[in-house]
Amino acid sequence: MDITFRLNGEVVSLTGISPTTTLLDWLRETRHLTGTKEGCNEGDCGACSVMISDESGHRALNGCILFLPQINGKSVTTVEGLSAPDGTLHPVQQTMIDHHGSQCGFCTPGFAVSMATAHLNGTTDHDTQLAGNLCRCTGYAPIIRAAKAAETQPVPQHLKNLRIPNGQKSSGGPAQPDGGRQPPHHIQPATTDDLAHWYAANPDATLIAGATDVGLWVTKQFRDLGATAFLNRIDDLRGITDAGDHWRIGAMTTIADLEAHFASHHPSLATMLRRYGSAQVRNAATIGGNIANGSPIGDGSPALIAMGAKLHLRQGDTRRTLPLEDFFIAYGKQDRRPGEFVEAITVPKQPDTLRCYKLSKRFDQDISAVCGCINITRDGDIITDARIAFGGMAGTPKRASRTETALHGQPFTAPTMHRAMEALALDFQPLSDMRASASYRLQTAQNMLLRYLHEADGVQTDLQQVTA
Amino acid sequence: MSVAKPLPHDAARLHVTGAARYVDDIPTPSGTLHLAFGLSTCAAGTITGIDLSAVQDAPGVVDVLVAGDLPFANDVSPSNHDEPLLATEAVHYAGQPIFMVVATSHLAARRAARLGQVDIDQTDPILTIEQALAANSRFEDGPRIYQKGDAAAGLKKAPQTLNGTINIGGQEHFYLEGQAALTLPQDNGDMVVHSSTQHPTEIQHKVAEALGLPMHAVRVETRRMGGGFGGKESQGNALAVACAVAAARTGRACKMRYDRDDDMIITGKRHDFRIDYTVGFDPDGRITALDFTHYTRCGWSMDLSLPVADRAMLHADNAYHLDNIRITSHRLRTNTQSATAFRGFGGPQGIVGIERVIDHIALHLNADPLAVRRVNYYADAPCDSVQTTPYHQPVTDGIINTLTDRLVETSDYTARRAAIRDWNASQPVLKRGIALTPVKFGISFTLTHLNQAGALVHVYQDGSIQLNHGGTEMGQGLFQKVAQVAASRFGVDVSLVKITATDTGKVPNTSATAASSGTDLNGMAVQAACDTIRDRITEHLAKLHQVSPEAVTFSGGMVTVGNQKITFADAVASAYVHRVSLSSTGYYKTPDIEWDRIAGRGQPFFYFAYGAAVTEVVIDTLTGENRILRADILHDAGASLNPALDIGQIEGGYVQGAGWLTTEELVWDDHGTLKTHAPSTYKIPACSDRPDVFNVALWDHSNPAQTVYRSKAVGEPPLMLGISAAMALSDAVSACGPGYGDLQTPATAEAVLAAVLKTRA
Repeated sequence: MDITFRLNGEVVSLTGISPTTTLLDWLRETRHLTGTKEGCNEGDCGACSVMISDESGHRALNGCILFLPQINGKSVTTVEGLSAPDGTLHPVQQTMIDHHGSQCGFCTPGFAVSMATAHLNGTTDHDTQLAGNLCRCTGYAPIIRAAKAAETQPVPQHLKNLRIPNGQKSSGGPAQPDGGRQPPHHIQPATTDDLAHWYAANPDATLIAGATDVGLWVTKQFRDLGATAFLNRIDDLRGITDAGDHWRIGAMTTIADLEAHFASHHPSLATMLRRYGSAQVRNAATIGGNIANGSPIGDGSPALIAMGAKLHLRQGDTRRTLPLEDFFIAYGKQDRRPGEFVEAITVPKQPDTLRCYKLSKRFDQDISAVCGCINITRDGDIITDARIAFGGMAGTPKRASRTETALHGQPFTAPTMHRAMEALALDFQPLSDMRASASYRLQTAQNMLLRYLHEADGVQTDLQQVTA
Repeated sequence: MSVAKPLPHDAARLHVTGAARYVDDIPTPSGTLHLAFGLSTCAAGTITGIDLSAVQDAPGVVDVLVAGDLPFANDVSPSNHDEPLLATEAVHYAGQPIFMVVATSHLAARRAARLGQVDIDQTDPILTIEQALAANSRFEDGPRIYQKGDAAAGLKKAPQTLNGTINIGGQEHFYLEGQAALTLPQDNGDMVVHSSTQHPTEIQHKVAEALGLPMHAVRVETRRMGGGFGGKESQGNALAVACAVAAARTGRACKMRYDRDDDMIITGKRHDFRIDYTVGFDPDGRITALDFTHYTRCGWSMDLSLPVADRAMLHADNAYHLDNIRITSHRLRTNTQSATAFRGFGGPQGIVGIERVIDHIALHLNADPLAVRRVNYYADAPCDSVQTTPYHQPVTDGIINTLTDRLVETSDYTARRAAIRDWNASQPVLKRGIALTPVKFGISFTLTHLNQAGALVHVYQDGSIQLNHGGTEMGQGLFQKVAQVAASRFGVDVSLVKITATDTGKVPNTSATAASSGTDLNGMAVQAACDTIRDRITEHLAKLHQVSPEAVTFSGGMVTVGNQKITFADAVASAYVHRVSLSSTGYYKTPDIEWDRIAGRGQPFFYFAYGAAVTEVVIDTLTGENRILRADILHDAGASLNPALDIGQIEGGYVQGAGWLTTEELVWDDHGTLKTHAPSTYKIPACSDRPDVFNVALWDHSNPAQTVYRSKAVGEPPLMLGISAAMALSDAVSACGPGYGDLQTPATAEAVLAAVLKTRA
């Protein structure tokens, strides 16, 4: 594959790259830019954070699970590019020194990049922006002091125009050693139609959206992905459109965009999506990937199922639509035919009765032990509809059908909830693993029903709202 | 003087620009080879066959070695010669290196290492404390016992008694920079090693043994680590030795760094403990007798487990004066990673034990746990009668009462505790809790001979100073603090002092940078070296200018000689042309320490460092989820050499300690496979886990012991301030029902919910 991007201001064109080379490895081993660090090689520690800029803005991403084709046509700023050409430190670099924000210094470049990205975007929710950068030395307090101190300082001149100028984009086209006699093994299509036709002809290929999971197939499992299609340049597969009584969400819409979209309509959903993963992960991960991946604990699916979402699949020019919950057949098995891919999700517009409860060992950037999404519609005090779905409770994201039945037509009261909690034990037989025991999963899932009632009754249930 | 100034870390600018070099960032010669280990996937058994043909044939593979291919010692143990680099016949844990791959790239080595076929005749692994006890699988021939007074008789006479058990989880270091080493073969078979290690001399020693060379043929250099926390005291040996052997075989530079998952699967962690207790006490909660049994899960090899278990016993009292105390310690051998040093080195587990006892007594008496703590505290110095620890060392530097008084006042503990009780009464779902816990931590290596250090200082003709000592920099700011000492001795600005990498060729026979001792030992050694040179310059100038040596002083970059002032550079230049040596070593050994670790008697510690923390938490009784709302800390760093760096150690230590006792849970399956081997599954504190309100202050008083500028060690003690978070969670749990919640650690959400339910049972 051939790609062109900007690296700290300089245009870089690469030909014949291996498409699964990560940006981190390329920076460190080929380019000898060793400021960007490898801490975990799985997108969980943020030591490899880089800033990626394009038409849609600037965002921090994990370089360790970012494949080179994903930066085609974009601008990359590493820690080496934060200081001005004359050596003047970026404001966040200076305040990190002033506030003693580094100790061992190994996580520091990643923090500096995340902080500089937030600074450029004018965001000051530092806990959210830095949730994906782990530090083992400082306890974070001095880093936050540094981030605050830099808030009011101006963006350095050299970072003001990072978007790659038009005309410098590479086609992303394949370098074909056989002169084009064989169909391309790796593609980066520009339209959904191109993808659909190629994938129908290459059904064993791997589709790569945000690579927050596929990245680990490569860095940890050494899987050969075979033929690959990178979807990041397909504009018509991305974005959320208002379609009257429902929202249509393109498969390549990132979790970050989804969170922003639902912040006003469904704040509980947006709050949960904020904890879907770190900023770096939410900026990369897509809702289509989240669903197609079929993880039993992917937080997006239970929420969308509870909202009555429909999944739109496409194979060549053939399209079909199914309720999202029907897509998940069993652990590791989805209702997806060869060459078929997720094109969109539609979500009916609805009053906000949805509450999403994510339970994990750590508050931020952790995989759910249980993710409960509860959507109860009432007429007065009588429950007229209940859509309840859980992640982490079965081999797939799954509706709590017996629980829903136990609620239907009943008064919205504690006794009803307790009966529903008993029904929930019939809906699920969760497993024990390193995240939680089976009994704890069941108990907390049941208690999420109580929490829904407590919340409706105005009882304080949110730890985040409590202050000393 | 530059001491006591809040200067930034010496490498801060390099850190923030990405220019600070770690082992994997050092430019390497062309042809450098890369290593990876092939690991056992089973926890116990005997190797019956190894087929490495697929590994040999994998792309990029240059060499593959098994135990039999090693030319000399197959041992990377820091203590007992019981830790082969590569397994011979027996396999002792899932993750044990069995073979090593040498390849042209890191990725090629890692890929190939997965292709080995190793047949193992599996046996039932011993994984848990209970299994090890049942099998009598232990280090040393029986338990160690320390005692003072008569605990058994005291318990019989006690007005009231309680007993219980607390399980204390281990902890993964999660240094952000994984283990790494780079070896560069030299002429005549010598070896230069770059290692991310807290203990360059140990690396030198083990590499020399593995190559069949005297130590003089191996030079180890460590400029910095990306975090250590004890995890790089002995765990770097394997990588350095493997690289050295491969470099000697191939004549090429060799590098090895563990991928994060390999790092967590291979290396040791903090020891997990079970502590059983029976305590007798009076109606005020005063402890009249106490019997502790420590069960320490050491893993498969001895490593540093004996001194770790000793230090747990030595901290079974924490800040409390106990007349009748008996501590029994079992050091259990299991088929798990060999537990190793981790900040606090057993001390934290010992302190959790006694804090738990106090908590249990207080709940039983329906008293404020702080009141129970206070009635049991050691007296502040000076006190009328000598109080001794369970190991019979007099406590002569006590400050914990006054320190607690100050913290209670500044944190508004009493009013907040009352307000929390009222709030809890009105809340059906959420409950808050608050706790104050003290720390008294003994400073010195308990292996007494380690309490020595060396330094090498050069002053150049232009007045610039080069500084070297045996301590290593892992982020704690040691290099800057010691540079501040050097600058102060010469009365110059710290910018004149060049800090250099730790190098076994410059200062030999160093102790690990561990036991919080880095500044105490190396600062004094550097001070001695600087004073030697300064005295020579003084003598020269006094003679030259016909004044007494007392009339020569160094300050503000100038040297005053009688009535005249000259620059430091001119003074140095003058000394040089008059043929005065401007280079010196320095040496220091800690005075007044001697003890018998078998009997548990004597003076292991030069002094104690103190501190206390108040933590407030909130828990969710539906799920056990919890959050730290506020922490107030008052910590004793003596006369701080650098308040900014010391406060950094305190903030970071607190959060690391709180993480250990809350979200950081290590999980092994029934086969002994570690299931939490990456940050996706092992959860150290993230940004939002720090306390919302975080007030940290220094107890700014000189150390009565004669330490460098009367400062105190600050590396480990603050970790134990995090215990207040666990005790605050217990306090919140106690608001949920009448029973004792018996909160276990780590107090994950699941453990908190279990405790909540237990209060209602």
